[in-house]
Amino acid sequence: MTAVGRTYRGASAATGPLIFLERAHRIALGEWVLIELEKETTWRGQVIDAGEEITVIQVFEEPYGLPPAQVKISLTGRVATAPVGRELLGRALDGAARPIDDLPAPVGEAMVPVWGAPMNPARRSRPAEFIETGLSAIDGMNTLVCGQKLPIFSGAGLPGLEIAAQIVEHARAPRGERFAVVFAAMGITARETDSFLRRFDESGALERSVVYVNEARDPTIERLLVPRMALAQAEFLAFKQGFDVLVIMADVTHYCEALREIGAAREEIPGRRGYPGYMYTDLAGIFERAGILRELEGSVTLLPVLTMPDDDITHPIPDLTGYITEGQIVLSRELARRAVNPPIDLLPSLSRLMNAGIGRDRTVPEHRIWADELYAVYARGREARLMASIVGESGLGKGDRVALTFADRFEEDFVGQGSERRSLHQTIELGWRLLETLPRSELIRIDDETWTRRDAQRGEAR
Amino acid sequence: MSPARIVRVSGALVEAVPLEGASLFELARVGERRLLAEVIRVAGERATLQVYEDTAGLRLGEPVDLGGHGLTAHLGPGLLGSVLDGIGRSLAATAARTGDYIHPGITAETLDPERRFEFVPGARTGERLTGGDVLGHVEEQPGFVHPILVPPGLEGTLDSIRPGNFTVGEMVGSLDDGTKLRLAHDWPVRRPRPFQRRLAFDRPFLTGQRVFDFLFPAAEGGTVAVPGGFGTGKTVIEQSLAKYAEADVVVFIGCGERGNEMAELLSDFPDLVDDRSGRSLMERTVLIVNTSNMPVAAREASVYLGITIAEYYRDQGRRVAVVADSLSRWAEALREIAARLQEMPSEEGMPTYLGNRLGKLYERAGRVEALGRPQRVGSLTFVGAVSPPGGDFSEPVTQASLRVAGGLWALDPTLAHQRHFPAVDLEASYSLYAAGLMEWFANATHDDWPSVRSESLRLLQLERDVREIAGLVGPEALQEGDRFILEIGRIVREIVLSQSAFSEHDAASPLEKTYRLATLAHRAYRAGLASLERGRAPDPAALEGVGRMLASVRDAPFEDLDARVADAEAALERMGGGS
Repeated sequence: MTAVGRTYRGASAATGPLIFLERAHRIALGEWVLIELEKETTWRGQVIDAGEEITVIQVFEEPYGLPPAQVKISLTGRVATAPVGRELLGRALDGAARPIDDLPAPVGEAMVPVWGAPMNPARRSRPAEFIETGLSAIDGMNTLVCGQKLPIFSGAGLPGLEIAAQIVEHARAPRGERFAVVFAAMGITARETDSFLRRFDESGALERSVVYVNEARDPTIERLLVPRMALAQAEFLAFKQGFDVLVIMADVTHYCEALREIGAAREEIPGRRGYPGYMYTDLAGIFERAGILRELEGSVTLLPVLTMPDDDITHPIPDLTGYITEGQIVLSRELARRAVNPPIDLLPSLSRLMNAGIGRDRTVPEHRIWADELYAVYARGREARLMASIVGESGLGKGDRVALTFADRFEEDFVGQGSERRSLHQTIELGWRLLETLPRSELIRIDDETWTRRDAQRGEAR
Repeated sequence: MSPARIVRVSGALVEAVPLEGASLFELARVGERRLLAEVIRVAGERATLQVYEDTAGLRLGEPVDLGGHGLTAHLGPGLLGSVLDGIGRSLAATAARTGDYIHPGITAETLDPERRFEFVPGARTGERLTGGDVLGHVEEQPGFVHPILVPPGLEGTLDSIRPGNFTVGEMVGSLDDGTKLRLAHDWPVRRPRPFQRRLAFDRPFLTGQRVFDFLFPAAEGGTVAVPGGFGTGKTVIEQSLAKYAEADVVVFIGCGERGNEMAELLSDFPDLVDDRSGRSLMERTVLIVNTSNMPVAAREASVYLGITIAEYYRDQGRRVAVVADSLSRWAEALREIAARLQEMPSEEGMPTYLGNRLGKLYERAGRVEALGRPQRVGSLTFVGAVSPPGGDFSEPVTQASLRVAGGLWALDPTLAHQRHFPAVDLEASYSLYAAGLMEWFANATHDDWPSVRSESLRLLQLERDVREIAGLVGPEALQEGDRFILEIGRIVREIVLSQSAFSEHDAASPLEKTYRLATLAHRAYRAGLASLERGRAPDPAALEGVGRMLASVRDAPFEDLDARVADAEAALERMGGGS
């Protein structure tokens, strides 16, 4: 039996984003709730703790002017849903799926629950298709593949969102045509949204995008809904209509703060730095929705952007994210100061699914060894730079000095490509040319076979 | 008494009344969709249950039915090659029922109820049997004989037994008290399976990874903790262990980890061939998969399920390896549930019993003489990955693991950033089993294994000291001898001890190859020292040649090992005389 259309008059208490209802019957966890004040004002809510004594409802809109004792609370008997479908491509919606682009409200092809179910791991297919982003630091060194979740760890004032936009503009999915973008803005500023959307518009990406906007000025708790709504849309486009969908989310840090606000309002025992102990599970419920299903065509690839508070990668938000996602692209303030753009710090950056997407028949056969060697020499150069700051460059050994020069050029030419789009082959060639400035004996990861092949290739080119 | 009904739903927890008759850890079915749950607290007529499935949509007033027993594993032939969720449902069977996504309220068997096995009786009618005795056997996989044991705890005279083609649920015999014997039986996952006695840790658990086998060997039946922050290569190490470690059966527990990684295992394993059996790796593997977005209570249970399955194969006399990735997710599941119960938290919000439960888990490992006749020796080696928040090893899960584990393979982010894999921190890692295993290594490989190992450890320590000084004064200011230590230390670390999991010929290193590489580097070290004693610094070009030769030994196929070693020895000669 489903109980529908039950209405209660008056909540017993309200604190921050929560209202408390006494002696509710047959109420369900996760149930969608409408809170009305004399037909004029409506708030949307969701049951987050169902109890015969006390039921806790989280209110998505700001609770300004909400008199708990006077409102009418209607239990709808269903969960939160959102309209989805191809029809929404080119549209911009708010956190309640209302249009903000002066067009009529979308009807969509289906209404689907925004809280998705977990994919059966046995039905997942292994992500292995390379997405060319046009950025050397990613394509060459931390390759992105379809179905991956790869966050950008940014810092205040660092261009995390800009890099995401650049990827959207330049990305070439393996199957071209059926490529869509879903963008979820969570608590970012109007300026950020505007500049992001303008770039989308200029590059023509907007018409194959669905945009969900919850800005800093919008209701905080709605932020918990927005990424899920975006993912419901992405899943529908991917698995019902065969699109390769790239989902950009910014900023995960604001999302986590909304989560913490709810936790505090419920007087929960906090975990690290006041964030709830279930934050890992909660974030996983979002990030794990990326993937590919064995018997279906499309894919959901996720690029969340987060701001590391005080550039601290061990802060719970980047930390838990890194444990869930398949790698991370880390931005560096130091590189940004030296005008290296994009300021991607390759040492802590990683793509866990890279190996599946590169090599023979995918990118180039020597991709792995090539990247390992660049990494090894660059890491040595960075270590040498540190040492040089103590003992001076003249105190360095010969190998270290060579590596240091290499590191400088590598950051400037290879990482700092600016807004130019580089094909994978340009990236690989550039990497080789930088490696060839070093003596062969320093390149210990490159085996003779690869080296000879490269020599032959160069001969041909000449 | 009126039927029990739900009075509260909060996260994974459900409270119901009246349930005063419930016992702790008793299973129950909750709600109209009959979700599986377990009683974790009883107070008066009110019981609290943790639900193993998604609780969204559970409604106050829906019914709760007790099951009368605790969470059990269904143990029998057919486990090998299967993929189960945290509470033992076959994910293939689940997919057949609900498709690409997992929806709450489905039941799916652990073992295929239709599959038949040819049972060959071993025991005779009239024989006196006790738990652990071999009743007969089936062939679980081609070439893999699976003895059918009398379930521990049973005792009696065999009344009947028959050969034939049976499903796991069919009766194959009976005891005089009427107890029916089948190919499969149930065992409560939270209760360790009994054995006769523990045996000494006198043989290694070989991993195929040089840094472990050579420097920090684990014992068969031992326990190792592998802590590492994200991106330190923990997952790759775990997967390499599952692929290459010397074990008859591998139970891989993906506890709260990534779905795509599980997809990777599922796509790789069937195609990878186990060198020893010549058959697919999947045929020796049981995968327990409870990804991070699957229900949190089932995550807590998944580790117990995995270890119970491992004990079952251990009891058959098999060498079993359990790889749990990651115990931190398991601990967080404990924390999440404890917080909802409003329990008093200790460090980092973890429950006070974290160390206790973790210790009990680790202690289920061991090399043992199994119960019953004929006599069998089996082992359960446990490797537990830990994901310390912020990579900080002082956190409670790492610390609690270290108190009980016999080995520590610590992973270092700096090495991982340099793409030096396995990114094992040579200073922090240790093995308490090493001393007890040296005799085995000396017998199985060469007499000088122990001395090469200890001298290599000393060299690495020396190199660390010199590197520290070099960091202050710069390598150019070092004496020739110290510069040589830096160079040779680098060769040992970067060529002998590093190993790429993606290399064609070096993903796993046989013991002989490990020995040869280590010995060659050691001889280069001795040669350099000898030359320094004669007042001549070792020629840097020759040392470079040695490095290149070692790299070619490392990257060569195993068949070419002897030839490449000969080349390397020649390079050593050029460097300034043999050992």
